[in-house]
Amino acid sequence: MKSTVNESRRTFLKASVAAGGGLLIGFHIPGAMRLGEAATASSAQINAFVKIAADNLVTVVIGQSEMGQGVWTTIPMMLAEELEADWSKIRVEQGGIDPAFANPRYVGFRAQGGFQGTGGSSSVRNVGVNVRKAGAAARQMLITAASQTWGVNEEECYAEKNMVIHRPSGKKLSYGSLAEKAAKVPAPKYVALKNPQDFKIIGKSIPALDTPAKVSGKTVFGIDVKVPGMLVATVAQCPVFGGKAASFNADKAKAIKGVRHVVQISSGIAVVADDFWSAKKGRDALEITWDEGPLARVSQADLFKSFAELSQKPGAVRRNDGDVEKALKEAPKKIEAIYEIPFLAHVCMEPMNATAHWRGDSVEIWAPTQAQSWTQTAVAKLTGLPPEKIKINTTFLGGGFGRRLFNDFVIDAVESSKAVGAPVKVIWTREDDIQHDFYRPASYNVLAAGLDGKGIPVAWKHRIVGTSILQFFPPFSHLLRKDGLDPNSVGGAGDIFPYNVPNVYVDYVLHNPGVPSGFWRSVGNSQNAFIMESFIDELAAAAGKDPFEYRLQLLKNPRDKGVLELAAHKAKWGSPLPAGVYRGIAEHFSYNSYCAQVAEVSVGRDGKVKVHRIVAAVDPGWVVNPDTFKAQIEGGILYGLSGALFGEITIKNGRVEQSNFDNYPVPRMSDMPKIEVHILQGEGEQGGAGEPGVPSSSPAVANAIFAATGKRIRKLPVRAEDLRTA
Amino acid sequence: MIAFTVNGNKVQVDAAPDTPLLWVLRDNLGLNGTKFGCGIAACGACTVHLDGGPVRSCTTPVSEVAGKKVLTIEGLSRNNSHPVQKAWIAQNVPQCGYCQSGQIMTAVALLAKNKNPSDAEINEWMAGNICRCGTYNRVRRAVHHAAKLMGA
Repeated sequence: MKSTVNESRRTFLKASVAAGGGLLIGFHIPGAMRLGEAATASSAQINAFVKIAADNLVTVVIGQSEMGQGVWTTIPMMLAEELEADWSKIRVEQGGIDPAFANPRYVGFRAQGGFQGTGGSSSVRNVGVNVRKAGAAARQMLITAASQTWGVNEEECYAEKNMVIHRPSGKKLSYGSLAEKAAKVPAPKYVALKNPQDFKIIGKSIPALDTPAKVSGKTVFGIDVKVPGMLVATVAQCPVFGGKAASFNADKAKAIKGVRHVVQISSGIAVVADDFWSAKKGRDALEITWDEGPLARVSQADLFKSFAELSQKPGAVRRNDGDVEKALKEAPKKIEAIYEIPFLAHVCMEPMNATAHWRGDSVEIWAPTQAQSWTQTAVAKLTGLPPEKIKINTTFLGGGFGRRLFNDFVIDAVESSKAVGAPVKVIWTREDDIQHDFYRPASYNVLAAGLDGKGIPVAWKHRIVGTSILQFFPPFSHLLRKDGLDPNSVGGAGDIFPYNVPNVYVDYVLHNPGVPSGFWRSVGNSQNAFIMESFIDELAAAAGKDPFEYRLQLLKNPRDKGVLELAAHKAKWGSPLPAGVYRGIAEHFSYNSYCAQVAEVSVGRDGKVKVHRIVAAVDPGWVVNPDTFKAQIEGGILYGLSGALFGEITIKNGRVEQSNFDNYPVPRMSDMPKIEVHILQGEGEQGGAGEPGVPSSSPAVANAIFAATGKRIRKLPVRAEDLRTA
Repeated sequence: MIAFTVNGNKVQVDAAPDTPLLWVLRDNLGLNGTKFGCGIAACGACTVHLDGGPVRSCTTPVSEVAGKKVLTIEGLSRNNSHPVQKAWIAQNVPQCGYCQSGQIMTAVALLAKNKNPSDAEINEWMAGNICRCGTYNRVRRAVHHAAKLMGA
């Protein structure tokens, strides 16, 4: 970590007087919307990182979306640390859209102002540095203001707990009393960030600031938004992807009490009513003739048959080290395997929803979104309104997991409001949510490895045939290579190859008849780590080696090795276990964090898998809040297990066969293993928290199933009937 | 008009008799703490108490509630002073928080029946409440914590 940070060319600090007085600090991007203007135009929409008011309260304004990962706590912690704030004076406010909130991880993803969005486990590690700079700048300006007030040298002053103190005299002034004066001090060109050994707030398990509201039922999620005069809608969407309503009869729907309008929008037929239940009854009463379109002929078995056929031909090359074909031919031992991965839904607990108020020359939106600027762009394209006429209020998100990077549900609300001339909240049912998701890509994977006489791999070949995420996400579509390589779908499968193998070849064949595919917590890593970490386990078994020792011998990066050894040590790898319980291990690097897991698993005679315990070791460089970090790893582990042991979306006649929790099961309380998370704090660059727990959980469990049964899991989800022995 | 009691207050609502209690609470009475998760009593997000016992409000027609007493998350306490809420805060349970009203209402009902439940009893009782963020282990810890606060 650098202690002094030069401002990047793209952004510089900007300070201004806040509405009602006080200091306001944010980042300003030249040529984009001016921070100060947005901030002073309306006190309701403050676009800055921090506002210090005369009452000595410090308001941290968050541009990130809070979906349970803890940004409402970790971002303020980073700011308060550098500001030398009194934690009890910290307040949090959700910001609007502002280039100041552009995610530095995605700089250049949008012509103007960058990409404001929450994904890629990037909030703390990528956005955090700007927040810290803002806090440090504010502290420096407050010190300057105090020294001017006292007529003393700045060097004699320091800041502590919302006070500037003059060391020689002991004089003190509160931030609140200095804020207005500080706002007139020029923002510093350079700011010094604190050294980690001086941290007072960062590194502590401070309770999440949004918890009290969440245990009282007061948190406003998207679905809880209320706007005066608001109507509520549900939309009947064609069950077949890409299908449209050819005709519909709304007579019976309109006869239902409370139903106000039935309108056709892009995604289907919207029934707009006084309340949700009337809208739902109205929707059930609609008579619709669908034009199902070409996808009505697509089914799961055909899709995987096509995948298998396409795997015969080479794809777009992701990695090509050495000469894999030659090495495979010459290797004394060759191991081959096929891995199949199904589509998966996200199933956020809060079904998709959004509220829009179309006002003719502008529109205001309230949405649980992970992607503010992209949503604004999409609404601008849809309506022809200039972006500044599209206001987006981000609510709390009842889960995100990548689903809410998409904006189909927001478009529903905007179109419905525009059609009926009133504010409309669109609520999807759970069935809509499961049947109209952007699914984790399905894929078919052909693997081959060559081992030398000692069982050490000399060649590794992996061909992925599957659906592409980027085809469905316009703001990042330029990342989809011309040869069809989708770096997101292939993520984790060769961008970095962790093992010391001289000949490695990874390629990708994009195939999708049109099933929407999307980002699913840890994206490509979630499935590719399963495949790679299962296959390396196969190689260890073929070599007759211990799977932990085998990995340790082959891993190149000391940080990969570090977490592997720590997880094995904490799990007492090799020590006796209760009868019937077996261990599996896996390790994967993603989002700049290293994560190894040891799973302890038993398999019943009925084939049912019980995961008793998972011991995880994570090296994220350094953490802001150990408790929220651990919570993210715990959640990531369970999300990974949900996909591996429970989840499967299947397609029949162009439609999803699953519809709700009764046929798309997810883990319940008794399914969650005991989880131990050990954090390895190193000197490294900071890594992510939200996603890195996901990838290694499913292979650790699958490898433990192999240890228990001798059966290798090569097709997800794990099925009891395949493991049954009685 | 259907009359019943919510959180100690008498209410009368003009809603179709088949309307689920969930939507009457949310859309007619403005009590948004109770959440919609599945609509088929499979996820527990909508859990409230009806005459003291937990029910899934998404599949309970409001006609069945006439004359009865409903307790929602808003009625537990005014200031998070209920021991179960205190335990939830102490254990840092919520992540996204969406399922937590239902988790808390189910836990309150459990502790009313069983003052000191075992892990297995908690697992069984809470099996109908889904969390996608992975807070289950913390929920279980918080139930034990609440049991202690309640003097078990």
